[in-house]
Amino acid sequence: MSAPEPLLSLSSVSVRFGSRLVVDRVSLTLHQSDIVTVIGPNGAGKTTLIKAILGIQSLSSGQVTRRPGLTVGYVPQHLQLETSMPLTVRRFMLLGGQSEARCRQALSRTGVEHLFASSVHHLSGGEKQRVLLARALVRSPDLLVLDEPAQGVDINGQAALYNLIRSLRDELHCGVLMISHDLHLVMAATDKVICLNQHVCCSGYPADISHDPAFIETFGRPVAESLAIYHHHHNHRHNLRGDVVTPAPHHHHGKSCTHHEPD
Amino acid sequence: MNLIDAVLDDFFWRALIGGLGVALVAGPLGCFVVWRRMAYFGDTLAHSALLGIALAFALELPLNLGILLICLALALVLVLLSRSRALATDTLLGILAHSALAIGLVVLSLMPGVQVDLTGFLFGDLLAMNRDDLIWIFSGAALILVLLARLWRSLLMTTIHEELARVEGFAVERLRMVLMLMFSLVIAVAMKIVGVLLITALMIIPAATARRLATTPEQMALLATGFGFAAVAGGLAMSWFADTPAGPSVVVTSFLVFLLVYSGSRHRTT
Repeated sequence: MSAPEPLLSLSSVSVRFGSRLVVDRVSLTLHQSDIVTVIGPNGAGKTTLIKAILGIQSLSSGQVTRRPGLTVGYVPQHLQLETSMPLTVRRFMLLGGQSEARCRQALSRTGVEHLFASSVHHLSGGEKQRVLLARALVRSPDLLVLDEPAQGVDINGQAALYNLIRSLRDELHCGVLMISHDLHLVMAATDKVICLNQHVCCSGYPADISHDPAFIETFGRPVAESLAIYHHHHNHRHNLRGDVVTPAPHHHHGKSCTHHEPD
Repeated sequence: MNLIDAVLDDFFWRALIGGLGVALVAGPLGCFVVWRRMAYFGDTLAHSALLGIALAFALELPLNLGILLICLALALVLVLLSRSRALATDTLLGILAHSALAIGLVVLSLMPGVQVDLTGFLFGDLLAMNRDDLIWIFSGAALILVLLARLWRSLLMTTIHEELARVEGFAVERLRMVLMLMFSLVIAVAMKIVGVLLITALMIIPAATARRLATTPEQMALLATGFGFAAVAGGLAMSWFADTPAGPSVVVTSFLVFLLVYSGSRHRTT
């Protein structure tokens, strides 16, 4: 695996709303099979950054380069559907323009095939997210973009959802870019964390980032410490699972990684 | 004289045929008004129709064309204005709706030698429908039906989630403009039926009635058309037998059907 073309790279992307700089010179690179999570406080510009990446928010400066022919599957933040439109999960899936068989397959992959005939207005938070995820999967994406995928999902459901996202990545070898609030679960689910507060205040691997002074400054020492403890735990589990269950279908991360961004 | 001529020579039949022609497209378009929460927007466009009539008199254009042009212009202005977030959309619409109506009335009163039947424009003059009106209605309806059929999936998708649609490659802006064009067209041709003050009712009430019974967007559109037909036929009958004004009678009938459906069936949301 010699340094493949990245799925996505941002160079010094800024977005300005009036005089307010919402996204400040953000650069990042995302490769196939990478899971990158953007965390940060409210109003840090996470959603704006995602929208800039998706091409639905215009940039004030900088550049977003996507690999040519990149198919993006987007899972928007808590889909609020207008209840005045009668809509079943089936119909919602089919609006993506794929066959019914593929839609069913995608739904069964995210564990909600039984909801095929249900109204989208009757879904729980977790079910809705899984339907949206299926809707993104049916496009066979090279890159999955998820904006707060676990919002409105109960705590057990959140862990399951992040596990699902990881296993989808392993299966499809797609890149994953997501936003999250929930630090603990994210740290367990991601390969790389970008801590955003308008600018990238720090980025790196979950185990390292909680020691980063910029991270501690943004989230406070108690949060950082709780993550560090948690992380000890997680690394252990991850190594074990990496060794036993998946004999490195994706490469091993280390200092020599080609996609390791200098900060 | 053949049968078609016999039918078209009768004002009652012309009114019925014209009314059904408008209801045919007001149903599905009304669904989009309901789904996209554009009721107030539709009202604003409709209120500007009087200004369109003034324009048509000034430039000696057909009335429908004048209305169509003004509606389109206003739709554009609204889309542009709603991008700046200085005022809430409903405030903006409220300002423009009533200003457009007032300006239309003032301008019409200032035009020398123009005597217009204001009541007809405001509340419709269904029974005065002529053959030209029918041609306008059916060409407008045909164009709208073709556009709806071709763009149905895209229109639904952008209505459900605009950003998701954009990411999936739908031409969101262009679809929005097409929708505006269709609204303007339906207002231009429907004004004759129910007048500028009641047009939105003809779009929203049948669609809202249909929502109660439909389980798919398509069903809702078809049912809305059906309820629109019922409103037109019922309204004309009411007008015929009770000598009530035709336009308001159509809206009253539509409302009665709405009440009937909502009180009759057990509600289940799909």
